[in-house]
Amino acid sequence: MKQSVTERTAFYQILTRKITVLILMVSFFPMILTTGILFYRFNGAYKEKINAHISELVQKHTQNIDSFLSEKLGNIRYLARLFDNNQQTPRIFLQQQMTLLRNQYGDVFTDLGLVDSNGIQFAYEGPFKLENADYSNAKWFIAAKEKAFYISDVFAGLRGHPHFIVTVKVSFNGSNSLLRSTINFGAFNSLVENIQIGRTGIAFIINTKGELQTKMDVRLKDSAIMSILDPDGHKKNETIFSEKQDASGKRYLCVTSMLNNIDWIMVFRQDIGDAFRELRKTQILALVLFLLGCGAIISVAFTLPRNIVKLIASADKKSEVMNRQVIESGKLATIGELAAGIAHEINNPVAIMVEEAGWIEDLLEEEELKNTKNFEEFKRALVQINTQGKRCKEITHKLLSFARKTDSTINDVQINDAVREIVSLTAQMARYNNVIIETELHEGIPFIRISPSELQQVILNLINNAIDAMHKGGGTIKIETKISKLEKNHVVIAVEDNGPGIPKDNLERIFDPFFTTKPVGKGTGLGLSICYGIVQKMGGKIDVYSEVGMGTRFRIWIPFQEPLSEKPLNEINVAEPVSATLADK
Amino acid sequence: MKNIKMLLVDDEKGFIDTLSKRLEKRELSVSAVYNGEDAISKLKENSDIEVVILDVKMPGMDGIETLTEIKRVYPLVEVIMLTGHATVETAIDGMKVGAFDYLMKPCDIELLVDKVKGAAKRKRDHEQKITDARIKEITERMA
Repeated sequence: MKQSVTERTAFYQILTRKITVLILMVSFFPMILTTGILFYRFNGAYKEKINAHISELVQKHTQNIDSFLSEKLGNIRYLARLFDNNQQTPRIFLQQQMTLLRNQYGDVFTDLGLVDSNGIQFAYEGPFKLENADYSNAKWFIAAKEKAFYISDVFAGLRGHPHFIVTVKVSFNGSNSLLRSTINFGAFNSLVENIQIGRTGIAFIINTKGELQTKMDVRLKDSAIMSILDPDGHKKNETIFSEKQDASGKRYLCVTSMLNNIDWIMVFRQDIGDAFRELRKTQILALVLFLLGCGAIISVAFTLPRNIVKLIASADKKSEVMNRQVIESGKLATIGELAAGIAHEINNPVAIMVEEAGWIEDLLEEEELKNTKNFEEFKRALVQINTQGKRCKEITHKLLSFARKTDSTINDVQINDAVREIVSLTAQMARYNNVIIETELHEGIPFIRISPSELQQVILNLINNAIDAMHKGGGTIKIETKISKLEKNHVVIAVEDNGPGIPKDNLERIFDPFFTTKPVGKGTGLGLSICYGIVQKMGGKIDVYSEVGMGTRFRIWIPFQEPLSEKPLNEINVAEPVSATLADK
Repeated sequence: MKNIKMLLVDDEKGFIDTLSKRLEKRELSVSAVYNGEDAISKLKENSDIEVVILDVKMPGMDGIETLTEIKRVYPLVEVIMLTGHATVETAIDGMKVGAFDYLMKPCDIELLVDKVKGAAKRKRDHEQKITDARIKEITERMA
């Protein structure tokens, strides 16, 4: 029994585990897969979008700067052509042209100058006094000398202001000269500074040596600029997109694009965290949702199987109880049939034996035997045979009534009346045994259709047992009737005593036929099995609860039909003895 | 009441033989047969049998059938049913068909004798009444 219980518990544990694992697998696998795919795809798509956006921005600005530069260069080249055909003095020409440029472009052009092949600026128009300045050693001059036109890198120059210069070759007085113009650094810078994305997105321009061509931004460090530089990797009209890591380990986006007119590189950099801030937010949200989902799944996976298994276990228990009851009633039925057969078979021989004994008794009465020495002994022996024969008869009759219940005439019975009658019948016997019978009979119990004599037999049996159990010590028997709360449409009769109780070993067997704890010859062991059979036949059930030293309680549930009307159709006085019912027939 | 003639019917030979001896010892005139069919033919032979003691459970014609047949042919003969087990149903059935009483096996001999005497008395009373009625009828006719 115990082993089966542990086996069962193990089985339930395995079942719980299996369901849990199944739920976890079935829920997690698709969730992780779906979330993973969506996450990956979304990440990719979003990054692509951001990259495309930034690349486009950089490209556009690069083109803008390119066109700015080529426009300025074009302006100066146009001036150069004008100068070639000019008849005025260089000074006046520059003056006139400067005024025109100012009117046209504002302060983009800072000054204009003419430099001869020796690097001496022989004509100048601008805010600074740079006439006859010597540029022969200036880098731009050396680079521009041989070229038809030239745009210089940004440099501090003679005055220490950052600027860059556009030169175009002209001929003056038969020798090669350069028409140069300084482009306002501020105007150029603002073009680049317009690119500002997020908190850390900045743009700047460097030359192929990695020298900054725009204003130094506070957020920029030289090392950062140097790390960007990869002059070999650049071709004109190409935007390169890369992710890099600076010295402090911060990852950033880097977009570079080379200008067309000059070997300058437009650079845009932004911290990755900043660039993908929105994406990160979405990722965190997704992660939180995912974790919440996991939590929900796990909690369901662990609570649901436990509940299911609990339900299964209780269903199992119920069916087990029912099985046991079925087996029990089957067993009792079989034993009943067997007993009836045996009773019939035994009854006849016993009857013959008793008759023979009676015959001997009759013969003993004759004169000549009366004076025999052992006459009294014969008499005593015969009386004993008679007594024992009667005992056999009693047993066989009880057996038969167990198999085939006595009076099964069915009537409408008021339980309370029946109980009262039985209590009055047993009152005398109870008094002899110092037993008090208390009753608690609830009103409003409907009539039930059963055999009154059978009900009497059952209750009488229980009362007798209780009185016997309490021996001479006395005690209290409590009989209670009420409508059952547990079973729908059932009346429950409880017979409770405060006797010595029934030990657990016996408790399982008390309904078995021939099981008795009374001394040999005192009890047949059939009383409770008959009760069991009767209650089963009524469609009810009987159970017992007992605690050693505390007492025993028998409960009988009997079903009743839902009353159709308030008054029962035919009221029959239960109190009348069985013989009266017989006479009526 | 003397010279009560009775018939015992039971398939248990051992039981019935001893019982008849005991009853004869109590000054009853007893014949015994072992089945229902024999009982009917016995009654046919001896029309002076007053009381029949009939076992309910017998092979062949059972107690109730035999009782029905006896009551049909000899309505005045009183029958006491003897059962191995007193089910109320059998008792009721017996009463319905017209049994005088029923007894459970093994039965107390004195009780049985009392019942037999009671049955015989009733039979004789019945016969007396019938005789009286006849006499009355005849005298009335003569008058």
